[in-house]
Amino acid sequence: MTSNNKLFAILVPVISVLLGLLAGGIIMLSFGYSPIEGYAALWNGAFGDAYTIGETIRRTTPYILTGLAIAFAFRSGLFNIGAEGQVIVGWLAAVWVGLAVDAPMYIHLPLALIAAAVAGGLWGFIPGILKAKLGVHEVIVTIMMNYIALHVVNAIIRDVLTDHSTTTEHISGSASLASEWLASITYFSRVHYGFIVAILAAILMWFIIQRTTVGYELKSVGFNQHASKYAGMNVSKNIMLSMIIAGGFAGLAGAMEGLGTYGTISVMSGWTNLGFDGIAVALIGANNPFGVILAAFLFGALKEGAREMPTAAGIPTELVDIIIALIIFFVASSYIIRWALTRFKKEGK
Amino acid sequence: MVEALQSIIPTVLFFSAPLIFTALGGVFSERSGVVNIGLEGLMVMGAFVGIVFNLTFADVFGAATPWISILVAGLIGGVFSTLHAVASVSFRADQVVSGVAINFLALGIGVFLTKQWYGKGQTDMVTEPFFRTDIPLLSDIPVIGPMFFKGIYITSYVAILVAIISWYVLYKTAFGLRLRAVGEHPMAADTNGINVSKMRYIAVILSGVLGGLGGSVFALTIVSNFSHSTIVGQGFMALAAVIFGKWHPLGAMGAALFFGFAQSLTVVSGSIPFLEHVPEVFLLIAPYVLTILALAGFIGRAEAPKANGEPYIKGSR
Repeated sequence: MTSNNKLFAILVPVISVLLGLLAGGIIMLSFGYSPIEGYAALWNGAFGDAYTIGETIRRTTPYILTGLAIAFAFRSGLFNIGAEGQVIVGWLAAVWVGLAVDAPMYIHLPLALIAAAVAGGLWGFIPGILKAKLGVHEVIVTIMMNYIALHVVNAIIRDVLTDHSTTTEHISGSASLASEWLASITYFSRVHYGFIVAILAAILMWFIIQRTTVGYELKSVGFNQHASKYAGMNVSKNIMLSMIIAGGFAGLAGAMEGLGTYGTISVMSGWTNLGFDGIAVALIGANNPFGVILAAFLFGALKEGAREMPTAAGIPTELVDIIIALIIFFVASSYIIRWALTRFKKEGK
Repeated sequence: MVEALQSIIPTVLFFSAPLIFTALGGVFSERSGVVNIGLEGLMVMGAFVGIVFNLTFADVFGAATPWISILVAGLIGGVFSTLHAVASVSFRADQVVSGVAINFLALGIGVFLTKQWYGKGQTDMVTEPFFRTDIPLLSDIPVIGPMFFKGIYITSYVAILVAIISWYVLYKTAFGLRLRAVGEHPMAADTNGINVSKMRYIAVILSGVLGGLGGSVFALTIVSNFSHSTIVGQGFMALAAVIFGKWHPLGAMGAALFFGFAQSLTVVSGSIPFLEHVPEVFLLIAPYVLTILALAGFIGRAEAPKANGEPYIKGSR
């Protein structure tokens, strides 16, 4: 039975992705586009040459981290809609340290990354402590924290980091994740060393969840708060810890943008959507750190590839959003896929 | 003071109407035990349908266009939300996941079709939006008249009326009792002969109708066109209003009015003396900080309906 479950855990997302792509093809057909041209454009946009591969990896990097931020909180039964705000404050903190501190790289870069994780962690701590101590619903507080992050960060960029300008100066090279070597082998894409940080973070999450007492308690609280309490675990401490670590991951995602892709931070008129997309990444990745890496890669490839679709096949990029939504639906409705699979198996016998 | 109120109250009503509609939708859905993170997507769908219908049929229906537009948007919102119902009631999907899918899907479909039909990322501006009106007679009442009945959108009062009707339906009718029972203890409800799936389908579809209304009212009063940035977070605010209002229709309305009030502060701060010198950022974050403080301070623990988020599987314990 367990091996069956593991098989399903892998099969369901794979089948969902295939069904999503199939549905996307049908939509293209029904609007008079050629699905073959469409998917060829999508493929070329994501993996066509060294440049697009570099950009796909660049786009995947923050998705891994926001995916982890949501997956980690999910594991302890918390829904972290606040990854968006945690990304924004992490981005600001990273750039701020990148601008204000003068140090050699082996100090400066880690410092900037830590600052981002701490800022994100703080943004997760507030909903965490309110949930743990006062029972305030984490969904509502994280939504509010997103808006607070957006407005406060914009004000700091305008009035503190710059003199009423919309973009900060470029961070100093000693805090930058960008790499001339990576850029040169990918035809000057913006891919940077951040992907190493993201993969290390995924390994860290796996290690915490699977190999430490802390992780065991976090999971236990996610399964059953009351049972965990009777077993002598400190439920409120675990809730707070979970939100802090989740926020730290999201803060690092902001650092990827601030220290890697852009090297600056600009006044934002709306969301980065990294945090919200992270919800989908976590769901498709089944809240498993390695699943998250794969889902983030799928997401990065679809989003990057979509940019090629209007020019090469005349198809609006939003088709990809529809495909992603359908994939999520199929993953969500896995009960029906499992049911179909078991039926299929039985008939095969 | 009176003058300040006269400028604040119409703005509050203006900002809160779409939130009231959508939050009521959330109340229906969650009271029946189906979590609805998809409110944002339902609003997007409503805004899209409302604007497109309005643009297409403005010549046919003239001044009645906006009213018919929001009704159509409500209808399509209801149809669209059956997806969420099918996934979360029949297919036993994780309701949060399904709601997230609704959000992605609505935005994807909306912008995709906008580009198909209009050849660009946003629609034209509608020619027949809702306009501010004075309510005859009532607006002539001294002091109160200009506060509540001058330069307002009638949709705001429709929203409040719908909130009162929702309260009546949920708390004073057999239908409402059944709906709440299904959300608290589906097995007990089932034992008493209530069709759990049917009630949940109805509740989710109602939330689609109300979300569609909310989105279209937002689009036709506040922005007047549709693009990817028409609805950015209002649905999540409505969700917050549901929880803030403790899953009660009038509570949700109160929360939505409160959000509207807090949002209006930035708009009207110029005309209120002691707010003039406050840096804008404090006014911008005020609604959100106040909400958190209110929740932490005196609203306290919000208890969701007991079976909220759990698919009902007949025969399981």
